[in-house]
Amino acid sequence: MIIVNAEVSEIVELGNSIFLIKVHAPKIARESTPGQFCNIKVSESNFPLLRRPFSICEVKGDFVSFMFNVLGEGTRNLAHKKVGDALDILGPLGNGFKFDDDYETAVFVAGGLGAAPFPFLTGKIPEGRKLLSFIGGRSEKDLITYGMKNTLLSTDDGTKGFKGNVVELLEAKKELLDESKIKVFACGPTPMLRAVKEFCLKYGYNCEVSTECAMACGFGICQGCPIQAEDKEGYYLVCKDGPVFNINKVVL
Amino acid sequence: MTKKDVENVETTVDLSVKIGSMKLKNPVMLASGTVGYGNEISNLTDLNRIGAVVTKSVSLKPRKGNPPQRIVETASGMLNAIGLANVGVEEFIRTKIPFLRQFDTNIVCNIAASSIDEYVECTRMISPEETIKAFEINISCPNVKEGGLMFGHDLKAVAEITRRVKAVTDKPVIIKLSPNVSDIAAFAKVVSEEGGDAVSAINTLVGTSFNIYTRRPKIFNVTGGLSGPAIKPVALAKVLEIKRKVDIPIIGIGGIMNWQDAAEFMIVGATAFEIGTVNFINPNAGVEISDGLWEYCRKMNIRKISDLTGSYVI
Ligand SMILES: Cc1cc2nc3c(=O)[nH]c(=O)nc-3n(C[C@H](O)[C@H](O)[C@H](O)COP(=O)(O)OP(=O)(O)OC[C@H]3O[C@@H](n4cnc5c(N)ncnc54)[C@H](O)[C@@H]3O)c2cc1C
Ligand SMILES: Cc1cc2nc3c(=O)[nH]c(=O)nc-3n(C[C@H](O)[C@H](O)[C@H](O)COP(=O)(O)O)c2cc1C
Ligand code: FES
Repeated sequence: MIIVNAEVSEIVELGNSIFLIKVHAPKIARESTPGQFCNIKVSESNFPLLRRPFSICEVKGDFVSFMFNVLGEGTRNLAHKKVGDALDILGPLGNGFKFDDDYETAVFVAGGLGAAPFPFLTGKIPEGRKLLSFIGGRSEKDLITYGMKNTLLSTDDGTKGFKGNVVELLEAKKELLDESKIKVFACGPTPMLRAVKEFCLKYGYNCEVSTECAMACGFGICQGCPIQAEDKEGYYLVCKDGPVFNINKVVL
Repeated sequence: MTKKDVENVETTVDLSVKIGSMKLKNPVMLASGTVGYGNEISNLTDLNRIGAVVTKSVSLKPRKGNPPQRIVETASGMLNAIGLANVGVEEFIRTKIPFLRQFDTNIVCNIAASSIDEYVECTRMISPEETIKAFEINISCPNVKEGGLMFGHDLKAVAEITRRVKAVTDKPVIIKLSPNVSDIAAFAKVVSEEGGDAVSAINTLVGTSFNIYTRRPKIFNVTGGLSGPAIKPVALAKVLEIKRKVDIPIIGIGGIMNWQDAAEFMIVGATAFEIGTVNFINPNAGVEISDGLWEYCRKMNIRKISDLTGSYVI
């Protein structure tokens, strides 16, 4: 965990207000593992005041990329960054996915911008294991497949792929999941994660989810990011104990 | 000026200040609830260069805190309703104090309680710990029913808390005042009369924020405490008000982002100051502020920073 002033080396719009920003940050690149995030300063002034958390999307050599959606003032500022600008980044933060335990096929489930951590994770799945990427969005333009392999798509409005949500697509393709021992890795809006958890509990699949919560510090000092624990009294902190949790540890 | 001259001047700028019997190497204190128990932030800044670290409010028994959402950003500020999540006195003594021992700084223990007896009991239990150099009594947490705010609005209760806490410890006692009162100086006066060593001002201001589409509050607790640059003018006015009416050391708190803000607090009357929200954005802010103040004193020919306290010209 360090703070660096990283130089922006590339910024591209993937479409539909979704951007990919790449920075030169060798130390963060070296320390990072998929599922971790960075807390990025999006303004030189006091507005917006707080840093904004973003999953580490990709690490290539000394470069780290983030994928983001323009929502409010912070992400709008970020979208205006240019090559050569400096970006104040705190990271890597939190705990990532456990991608080297006992399974044969990694099953990714991404909803909307939940696709962000998967390009990095895709590259880390050990050699010889299989990979399936289930990707959902409201409509064709919301589907993000950047950096992902073996994709199966769903849209709520049926404009592309399976018509329905991504968990309904999982259910429809269940025979694919039963060909080998799988582990599910999911990231997306909380209602989607809740449905993925229910699905995995029903069939006894091992599953980790990347959760979100409003954050101030991002590294455990403000206590601002609780998530209800399932395996103990009280709360975990999303920034420090997560953002990735096994589904048995948290109430979604 | 040659480099040698600079070094000579350096040795003559004295950043140290005193709060009761506690000597701080510089007036920078890290505010309660914004540095946990020091562990995480020590990876990102050098706590040995900070005047004092105030620990997260500790209560007699552990508290798990409020459900999410606990925080929301507002214009140049943030609202929080953490709900005093903390490990409780026993765990604090067993696991948190040993970690803090390694740093060459003053550790100030902040206490929150739901009864006057509980404040006294917590202080009595922690007072023998050598690592703890002073107590800050939180009578002003706006976010839990039993967070002390009911005491913070009651002059008699503040008097009793000050007197009884002082009776169980030889260490300096700082009373952290609520800004959510009409006459803050009256509270500082009571603390002074009962032998309190200092007051800190201000804790957060009560605020709220609603989602206009769902019409629901953005934080679970409905209201929260406002902190950050948004509250600085209010905090400065409260410090000035106390300074003009009561003779007691004041620790200024509220929206300090840089050394300029810190200098402003000292000029209106603060002996030392605490930084809170800025730690979330720039965890090294304390060290940078200390360096900035040193440079400011050198330029302004101020040899002891304590000369800055209350040096306003009105
Ligand atoms: C661990 C973690 C990882 C994240 N990774 C990514 C990522 O890789 N890419 C990415 O684009 N975003 C990610 N986010 C969300 C991202 O932090 C927010 O989108 C960002 O803070 C919005 O900032 P803003 O200033 O643009 O919007 P704000 O002004 O803060 O908000 C604008 C609008 O967006 C809404 N909003 C804010 N935050 C969220 C949220 N988390 N989910 C849904 N709506 C929200 C607000 O309610 C408001 O209506 C992540 C969040 C966390 C906690
Ligand atoms: C997330 C958060 C948690 C806080 N927790 C405490 C606490 O436990 N006890 C306390 O006395 N003050 C607490 N405070 C108040 C701060 O110590 C400080 O008085 C206030 O934030 C104003 O300073 P600032 O504007 O520099 O943040 C908290 C503030 C924040 C933002
Ligand atoms: S965001 Fe501050 S503790 Fe998690």
